[in-house]
Amino acid sequence: MNGIDAVRSEGGQFATFSVGGLLFGVDVLEVQEVLRSQDMTRVPKAPAMIEGLINLRGEIVMALDMRKRLRMSDRAEDEAPMNMVIRGADGAVSLLVDEIGDVIQTATEDFEPAPATLGESCRAVIDGIYKLDERLMLVLNTGRTLDLEGRTSK
Amino acid sequence: MEDRELINEFLIESTENLARLDQEMVELEKRPRDKDLLSSVFRTIHTIKGTCGFLGFSTLERVTHHAENILAKVRNGEWELTGDLASLVLESVDSVKAELSAIERTGQESGDPYEDLVQRLSRVLEAGEGAVPPAATPPAAASPAAAAPVNASPTPSGAGQPDSSANAGPGKDVSLAAPEPPNEAAKVKSNSPAAEDHDPAAKPASIADQTIRVDVGLLDNLMNLVGELVLARNQILQFIARRQEEDTGLIGTSQRLNLITTQLQEGVMKTRMQPIGLVWNKLPRVVRDLAHQCGKQIRVEMVGAETELDKSIIESIKDPLTHIVRNSCDHGIEGPAERVAKGKPAQGCLTLRAYHESGQVNIEISDDGRGINPEKVKAKAISKGLLRPDQAERLSEREAVNLVFLPGFSTAETITNISGRGVGMDVVRTNIERMGGVVDLMSRPGEGTTVRIKIPLTLAIIPGLVVHAGTERFVIPQASLLELVRLEGEGRRKVEFIQGSPVYRRRGRLLPLLSLSGILGFENDWERHEAMHIVVLQAENRQFGLVVDGISDTQEIVVKPLGKQLMDLNLYAGATIMGDGKVVLILDILGMARAAGIIHDSRGASRLEAEVTETVKENKQSFLLVRAGSGERIAVPLHAVARIEEIPRARIESAGGRTVTQYRGRILPLVDVTEVVGGRQSGVNDPVQAIVLAQAGHEAGVIVEQVLDVVEEAVKVDPLSRSRGVLGSAVLGGKVTDILELQAFLGSMGRAISAAEDMEEEMANLLAGVRR
Repeated sequence: MNGIDAVRSEGGQFATFSVGGLLFGVDVLEVQEVLRSQDMTRVPKAPAMIEGLINLRGEIVMALDMRKRLRMSDRAEDEAPMNMVIRGADGAVSLLVDEIGDVIQTATEDFEPAPATLGESCRAVIDGIYKLDERLMLVLNTGRTLDLEGRTSK
Repeated sequence: MEDRELINEFLIESTENLARLDQEMVELEKRPRDKDLLSSVFRTIHTIKGTCGFLGFSTLERVTHHAENILAKVRNGEWELTGDLASLVLESVDSVKAELSAIERTGQESGDPYEDLVQRLSRVLEAGEGAVPPAATPPAAASPAAAAPVNASPTPSGAGQPDSSANAGPGKDVSLAAPEPPNEAAKVKSNSPAAEDHDPAAKPASIADQTIRVDVGLLDNLMNLVGELVLARNQILQFIARRQEEDTGLIGTSQRLNLITTQLQEGVMKTRMQPIGLVWNKLPRVVRDLAHQCGKQIRVEMVGAETELDKSIIESIKDPLTHIVRNSCDHGIEGPAERVAKGKPAQGCLTLRAYHESGQVNIEISDDGRGINPEKVKAKAISKGLLRPDQAERLSEREAVNLVFLPGFSTAETITNISGRGVGMDVVRTNIERMGGVVDLMSRPGEGTTVRIKIPLTLAIIPGLVVHAGTERFVIPQASLLELVRLEGEGRRKVEFIQGSPVYRRRGRLLPLLSLSGILGFENDWERHEAMHIVVLQAENRQFGLVVDGISDTQEIVVKPLGKQLMDLNLYAGATIMGDGKVVLILDILGMARAAGIIHDSRGASRLEAEVTETVKENKQSFLLVRAGSGERIAVPLHAVARIEEIPRARIESAGGRTVTQYRGRILPLVDVTEVVGGRQSGVNDPVQAIVLAQAGHEAGVIVEQVLDVVEEAVKVDPLSRSRGVLGSAVLGGKVTDILELQAFLGSMGRAISAAEDMEEEMANLLAGVRR
């Protein structure tokens, strides 16, 4: 993952998704695929943000609900989440998000570190912000996102 | 391209050869005159030298050339293989390995000319075997002084003696162990060096022809594919079953598919099975180097090296084994002087043992060293804040010794760079548990330590039982499964509640019950179903029953790992994909048992095994009032109590699966009263309070928490509250007290059982009398 860190602040291609009205971007190289809502197996006693396990063509993938991860309110009953499957060194994890966005190109000069006003849960998992034409895109650090106990240092 | 292929061939072959060389050199030190070994070692180095020259690796060629010359002199009897010489040769071997690494990475030698090594090699060749000079920068296995007698090297059977021939240089002082008759030396000398490639070559060659080298990645791939095939096969079987298929052609074909898949699975698993000797073979060298470094003498013995394990387990077990072995060498086995002073042989012995038992591989590493001092361990744990003093008080010796598995622990007084950095044993345990195994430590202070590891035979595809809890399905690995019990109607009365915890009386034993729904946080109502389904499970040596909502069938499932966040819950061992494509979690039985306190970790209360059989009569009489565990009052009929004993925990032993202590020249079996009546001992007491019961000439000690009082009362026993170990309850001393069934504790002996049968009849009569 380390080699990819550089891209985050130096511009690059990001696959985007929105959760609770916020737009996030993940380095395109880390994204394996996006899927509709999938059948999930609950994992009793697991942390609430682990929504369940998905069968992805024979591979068992953990689904992480981003709303819960970011301590936002829950999705409405009738809104099905989308899956963005991230492939890391330890295997694949699926992020449950509200909507999948476009793949966008960013430029270094538009990068800024995360503002202090951003909530703690968000700041813990993002590397910074890119200023797009009409919106802000928060850069998601997948390593810290998947580190549910906050073991990696910031 | 061709060059690279050649080099790769060379690398693979040489790596194999060098691994063998390590072993052979260590063997050679023990039997320095073994012709076969000498020839083999010489030949290996010779081969490497030759190929190096051919491929243009000149530094390697030089190093191996010198090493070969030294070996030649040993082989033709001119020189004796001393510890120093062996070290030098091994050093050359190490540099060859290092160079091979470099070549593998870059395609060329590292460029390091190994000046120092080469010089020392040349000097030895000129000056003679005694003149092994020290290294400029001490390599790992160098000994302190060159010409001084090397008494630090392992010399079990008279290696090296002053050679009677005058060949070697002057100033030679290589005396080591016992002198040997001179004719041996003469024999070796008269051996003509011309017979280089004679028969030892014939033996390995034929074995080589029957095997084929396969890339491990390829085998892993095959294994994965077989796993996927098993899943697909499961799916097909499910479809066919669901459709109640009538097409015999289809059914027949699917049967064949089933059969073939099973056989393929077994076959592929076999390809991955390797003898544990492969891992062990590296250890003699490790031990030798360590012993050399520490100035100790240690020999390694291996029993059961042919025991086979799955390759993935072999990979994972290497590090833990090495660490344990290093610990033994570094901290366990004493130096020769200390050993002799204790009356032990100067040479320490490290024994590796492996065997299959009930679907698991057992690996034991024993040393005859100084053992682990439980007091020291406790003190260290307290000083590291891992344990409170009062908790430490309660621990048995064995529990104390197992404290070394706690994270952050190290008892080494001096932390050497070998072991003792405080990251050792807990990592060993974690690694082993990750494989689904368990590890345990036993120690006899002054005599030695044994580490025992148990690992399941295969990891990837296992048979599992599908059960239901709530609306979800779960899989229980068959390996943990003992029995399935279904209780309905009348049968349900066999489940009794002791202090709110359910137990099931199963063939004379009490089985604690856990509710799967309860553990998983679902709604749990014991009464909710007509029938109660109990899955009887075994974890380590304990048995317990898991109550589930329903039981389905047994299937072959492919175990897929879960991420760390989920493994840490200690509830799930993995997950699998069922025939219908759904993901189902596999339960971690060991983890559940631990969490429920059914088996304990080092800090838990101690529990003892109980064989429970019978009952005994009761009447208005004198009772001894005791506290069984957490507050539970029990009354024991005084007439059956022979005496009250206080037994130091240290004197409590385990024999043949029973807990006993030696008392007045006899063996007194011990039984924990809570094993029978439920509840839990605090485990605090040392000495332990035991009531010795005598019946029909047999005695047993019943361990209780505290002896309270003696009362004499007329009691009305309420037989409806009768349960395991308890005759009934009565009001004694103003409080509701359970009356103990005495015979329950004397059941270990056959004769006691028949005596018990008499008693039971008596008791039945008595109860009949009470009811009236």
